[in-house]
Amino acid sequence: MPMLNFARKLENLGYDALHAEAVDTLQVNLGWRCNQSCKHCHFQAGPDRTEEMDRDTVEAVIAAVQRSRIGTVDLTGGAPEFNPHFPHLVESLAGLGLRLIDRCNLTILLEPGLEGLPQFLARHRVELVCSLPYFQEDLVDRLRGPGVFQKSLEALRRLNEAGYGREGSELILNLMVNPAGAYFPGPQEELEPRFRQELERRHGIRFHRLLTLINMPIGRFRDFLVRSGNYQRYLDRLAGSFNPATVPGLMCRHLLSVAWDGRLFDCDFNQALDLPLLPGLPQTIREFDLEALSRRPIHLGDHCYGCTAGCGSSCGGSLAEG
Amino acid sequence: MSSYYDDQDLDRFGEMGAHRPELFELFMKYYQQTMAAGVLTVREKALIALAVAHALQCPYCIDAYTRVLLEAGSNMEEMTEAIHVAAAIRGGAALIHGLQARNTAARLSI
Repeated sequence: MPMLNFARKLENLGYDALHAEAVDTLQVNLGWRCNQSCKHCHFQAGPDRTEEMDRDTVEAVIAAVQRSRIGTVDLTGGAPEFNPHFPHLVESLAGLGLRLIDRCNLTILLEPGLEGLPQFLARHRVELVCSLPYFQEDLVDRLRGPGVFQKSLEALRRLNEAGYGREGSELILNLMVNPAGAYFPGPQEELEPRFRQELERRHGIRFHRLLTLINMPIGRFRDFLVRSGNYQRYLDRLAGSFNPATVPGLMCRHLLSVAWDGRLFDCDFNQALDLPLLPGLPQTIREFDLEALSRRPIHLGDHCYGCTAGCGSSCGGSLAEG
Repeated sequence: MSSYYDDQDLDRFGEMGAHRPELFELFMKYYQQTMAAGVLTVREKALIALAVAHALQCPYCIDAYTRVLLEAGSNMEEMTEAIHVAAAIRGGAALIHGLQARNTAARLSI
């Protein structure tokens, strides 16, 4: 069965064009350098990447947030903490009374010179979304690299010691789970108790919520799909699992993504694919205009099926009940 | 076709509703309710399904439930145990039938 173009699919549902509803969240990609080289990474991030947000662009981000009073800033990468301006950005934003999120790969907390990060993040009340695809070593190491599981556990222990993830604690520690292969994540509400039980029982580790993310068929994950002969079936399954209940909550309708070089995108995935905002809209953080961007039409592609399949998928987890 | 089994056929299961659709609909309704979470979780039911699939040696069900189990947060440790359960019951079932042979032999022998 040939896949129906995503925009046409939405048209059939009565959306002439998909528009944003607001910019509640500014997602800031601080660069593609990372201490890990995960096999699913849509940016193909790794230790050798040189793309990194410079100080001027960081200042432009801070100015845009101050001007617009956006409620949530979401820091991502690569490993955002690798950027030398990360502490300055966090300190500047933390004083603005907004929700500040750091997407942390966990092992970065063990890098030389960064060992004080848990306390720094706790002091500034930064909410953490930490990547941990599973609660067993072989699968995590296969996806994220040798030794990553044990290092991730050590990082989680340090975060728990710093006050993160404890019941009733305001220091939020959520886990982000993505599948280690050509399949979708199960329902969040079913995976969460299982992860909680296994991590607590085996390792004494605590966290608040578990969020699931579908792997996008782009970047290194696309390479894997092609290499393993799974590409077409994965695309067909994404399209075949289209769930209209996910459309109202799609993250592009509430979020704007800033690339390391200051360019603006509808989401992190469009950034990876170099699909800029549609013509006529502000294109860089220096031109940031909340009003113009809040109701913008979204630049769609067939990869968008990755956010609408099954329970749906976003940086905030699934979008519909399983 | 080079083989009796084609993994693409799994996606064509719905074609079995082309004739006597009411029977297929009844089956699917029963199937879906059976496999949904109840007293047992979806993962536990899928482990049973995987074991049965191995006992019946149905390649479609093995494909389908391996994926269901990965998505449900299961792993090869659990799946392998479930497959051993199928193997053990199949093996035990063969062995217990040995008593039929023993009984028959006793009946026929002087």
